[in-house]
Amino acid sequence: MPGTPGKPGARDIAVVAFAQSPHRRRTDELSEVEMLMPVLHEVLGRTGLRTSDIGFTCSGSSDYLAGRAFSFTMALDGVGAWPPISESHVEMDGAWALYEAWVKLLTGEADTALVYAYGKSSPGELRDVLTRQLDPYYVAPLWPDSVSLAALQARALIDAGDADEPALAAVAARSRAAAEANPYAQLTGSVPAGDYLVQPLRAGDCPPIGDGAAAVILAAGDTARRLCERPAWICGMDHRIEAHSLGVRDLTDSPSARLAAERAGAFERPVDTAELHAPFTSQEIVLRKALRLGDDVDVNPSGGALAANPVMAAGLIRIGEAAARIHRGASSRALAHATSGPCLQQNLVAVLEGES
Amino acid sequence: MSKEPVAVVGIGQTKHVAARRDVSLAGLVREAATRALDDARLTWADIDAVVIGKAPDFFEGVMMPELYLADALGAVGKPMLRVHTAGSVGGSTALVAANLIAARVHGTVLTLAFEKQSESNAMWGLSLPVPFQQPLLAGAGGFFAPHIRAYMRRSGAPDTVGSVVAYKDRRNALKNPYAHLHEPDITLEKVQASPMLWDPVRYSETCPSSDGACAMILTDRAGAARAPHPPAWVHGGAMRSEPTLFAGKDFVSPQAGKDCAADVYRQARITDPRREIDAVEMYVPFSWYEPMWLENLGFAAEGEGWKLTESGVTELDGDLPVNPSGGVLSTNPIGASGMIRFAEAALQVRGQAGEHQVDGARRALGHAYGGGAQFFSMWLVGAEPPPG
Amino acid sequence: MPEVLSAPLVVEFPFTRSLGPVQSAFLTGLRERTVLGVKTAGGGVLVPPVEYDPVTAEELRELVEVAPTGTVTTWAWNPSPRRYQPLRTPFAWVLVRLDGADTALLHALDAPGPDAVRTGLRVRVRWAAERTGAITDIACFEPYDSEDSGPAAPHDGRFADPVTGIVAPARLDYTYSPGRAPTDYINALAGRRTVGERCPSCRKVYVPPRGACPTCGIATAERVEVGPRGTVTTFCIVNIKARNLDIEVPYVYAHIALDGADLALHGRIGGIPYDQVRMGLRVEPVWTEGGRYPDHYRPTGEPDADYDAYKELI
Repeated sequence: MPGTPGKPGARDIAVVAFAQSPHRRRTDELSEVEMLMPVLHEVLGRTGLRTSDIGFTCSGSSDYLAGRAFSFTMALDGVGAWPPISESHVEMDGAWALYEAWVKLLTGEADTALVYAYGKSSPGELRDVLTRQLDPYYVAPLWPDSVSLAALQARALIDAGDADEPALAAVAARSRAAAEANPYAQLTGSVPAGDYLVQPLRAGDCPPIGDGAAAVILAAGDTARRLCERPAWICGMDHRIEAHSLGVRDLTDSPSARLAAERAGAFERPVDTAELHAPFTSQEIVLRKALRLGDDVDVNPSGGALAANPVMAAGLIRIGEAAARIHRGASSRALAHATSGPCLQQNLVAVLEGES
Repeated sequence: MSKEPVAVVGIGQTKHVAARRDVSLAGLVREAATRALDDARLTWADIDAVVIGKAPDFFEGVMMPELYLADALGAVGKPMLRVHTAGSVGGSTALVAANLIAARVHGTVLTLAFEKQSESNAMWGLSLPVPFQQPLLAGAGGFFAPHIRAYMRRSGAPDTVGSVVAYKDRRNALKNPYAHLHEPDITLEKVQASPMLWDPVRYSETCPSSDGACAMILTDRAGAARAPHPPAWVHGGAMRSEPTLFAGKDFVSPQAGKDCAADVYRQARITDPRREIDAVEMYVPFSWYEPMWLENLGFAAEGEGWKLTESGVTELDGDLPVNPSGGVLSTNPIGASGMIRFAEAALQVRGQAGEHQVDGARRALGHAYGGGAQFFSMWLVGAEPPPG
Repeated sequence: MPEVLSAPLVVEFPFTRSLGPVQSAFLTGLRERTVLGVKTAGGGVLVPPVEYDPVTAEELRELVEVAPTGTVTTWAWNPSPRRYQPLRTPFAWVLVRLDGADTALLHALDAPGPDAVRTGLRVRVRWAAERTGAITDIACFEPYDSEDSGPAAPHDGRFADPVTGIVAPARLDYTYSPGRAPTDYINALAGRRTVGERCPSCRKVYVPPRGACPTCGIATAERVEVGPRGTVTTFCIVNIKARNLDIEVPYVYAHIALDGADLALHGRIGGIPYDQVRMGLRVEPVWTEGGRYPDHYRPTGEPDADYDAYKELI
């Protein structure tokens, strides 16, 4: 592969600041921009930068969550895009907005980037909305909801002997216990497993539905060192997609996550922390295997998507949480992961390191 | 560290029409992609990543359709990005793809934009009945027409200029086999006699609604060296955004457009765009936007753009041909329209524009914009590699 | 703080989807109770058939016929079916590998309970009574003991009167809340007052307020009543009827800068012949009973505003 980033010649780029909103079931009192703006202020405040100092801005969001076309255009109000800014948007999770911004910084055209993402799942019925992501000819007309699809994957995992229901429950319990230390989490502590939503997944195996926003600032080289005491350097980042149809995939595996991790250099040295975007307990088990994460790795110390899953922001939050851990000195090498599409169709992996 | 030069080595479009009832969404994008691959004489295995763009998901009623389209675009096992920056998206998508090469993340990238507007209705998608909001008082043209009137007031342009643009673009489209509208009997009189929809905008001065896709293969120096046909080289590319509505916004000549153009010219070392650029593909959904963008992009002083149009400078055989392809006025698959501008600019400097080729075009500008005239993306391509 | 407004937002459209050759053959086949697959270059059979190989990206066109019987490869019991899902009573979602196929099809399985379902269960298609050429022509699967009926058979994919498109109705129900600032604005309109918000930094007054000053990127909060009179900054004459709007054409759609506001809002101009409306015209709102917004704006009779007075607001 020509010119792999992270190899000699490429620029050093780091996450230097992260902020997120409190994640809540509903935020009716706030428009999207009202929800987002305090997060933008916070992340800028951490670096002392103003919008006009930022070299590139990129965001991720979805019209289908909002129920309105061009919903992202009004969110720009919260940025203060005046004088005009160099800016782009992906109709994807904000983790991919961060990827676009990282590439922009790699070109040398900008030294800093503001990345943000937001999603309000509360206005619609998320399980129905996400059916509109599926093959519009053969699958979407059946309206199979996101929990049902994840349950098909969980069953495949159980059949393969990779998990059982107590193992799933243990993932849920560990995540929500960890989330007790996360003031932004929506669901924390001892959460009952509850009834089956779609068997074999119980309510406790599923992510909370809610609203939230997140923002990250990236900076290159000496700028990063100036803005942050202990920058979280991006050693590598890659993302891969799989075939769309569940019927042609091995649901117990995540080859795209593994390939992304390999290309991001995740397997070159062990990580101490992994923030995985696994909305369902079963998906954490799939990802742990694909990403070769042993028991010595601290997985989802933030509580992960099982504690808060603002759709379109939850992947960016994984990168932010992993980086924040490095900023605090609690991790020296962390893996962050984001996913999109039914049953982990698309996966992104970033490897972050702090300087010792 | 200098950037890797980026070359366009493959271009493919569908024949744009009102409704492509013979293909699925996958079939539509595939057609453009395989034409681009064929042009570059490459196969799916040569592609490192796919960057796709389109306008709102509600237009086709598929949320994040790239997930479903991954298989058709040979993206399985590869990175796939989906850009959405409103009407400018086709241009932004190409720029995101170009940056993957410039940053040396990938060697060869497929970029594609599409819209299959016949699957739903764009006006429906744009005017979902959001509670409490004042209903839209007019269709799309009603949004643009007051800004055109403001331009006419400001510049003192005679009210015939819009029809001159429409007549030119529709004639140019006759030379472009991929253009949607082919009106062989078009005359200036017919344009001027067409119904006044949103005064000052006539029917023949508005863009059609199209199904279509456009794809490009972008590659690095090594890839360009292997290309079977002359590449187009990216000499500059930029995006700029400003808020949707704000106090002091200039809808006639938005600052974001000026800044975006200035950035591109700086990168391409262009100091006199009027003299140094040989052809322009600009995003003109309503005819009057040609003179407006001529000023915004620095080809004419403020208030003078219409004089270039009126005097024939922007004709195919003029001194500064604008939209030799027939432009958005002749072809408008919304999400793809910006990429078509970028691709047509590249075709010109590759010398591959066929009947609508501008003689001796060495440098061409591709331009796209969207939202409330708030998102801009542009690139400048040349027949020679960028210096340095 | 008063309650924010909220109201239902229904997003509904019957999307018309053209199918292309492979999907057309498959869905037409379902109408005729025939299940088709497509063969890959490697000899595998994909059911449902797709146009492009998910592994190699090669175009696929070689159709085959597979059996309506198959084996469950994974399943999930759905105790509370959601609106629009295939069955009204609890059912299992299943991936079924039909006999002769190498990949699995997603659909519903009608079974008495989760205990009756397992991976490896043999099933068959239950056809819908009325079939139109859609995936729902398979009403669902049902348990059915049978031997694997073996490999796929060639099929030319041709049927009389092929289905070339489907209509896919889609309805999503949202509850829309505009947020704090727009709520304040709309509530004030009920008293026929127009209330904007001033940016604490640049001091511009935004109408309608959006909760943020878009150029400064900070929250606005100071409420400022503007209007009721204003100036037409620019306009167009609408000659075609807009959908769902009961307004006789021609009419004038205008940008109106209310006195005290730093940007224009949109409205219709009435009370004056459409061809006499001009930039700079001074107008005031006309309300109708029960209308949330002014029905239109009419001339006040004041002299026109000077161009220089409003040119920054165009």
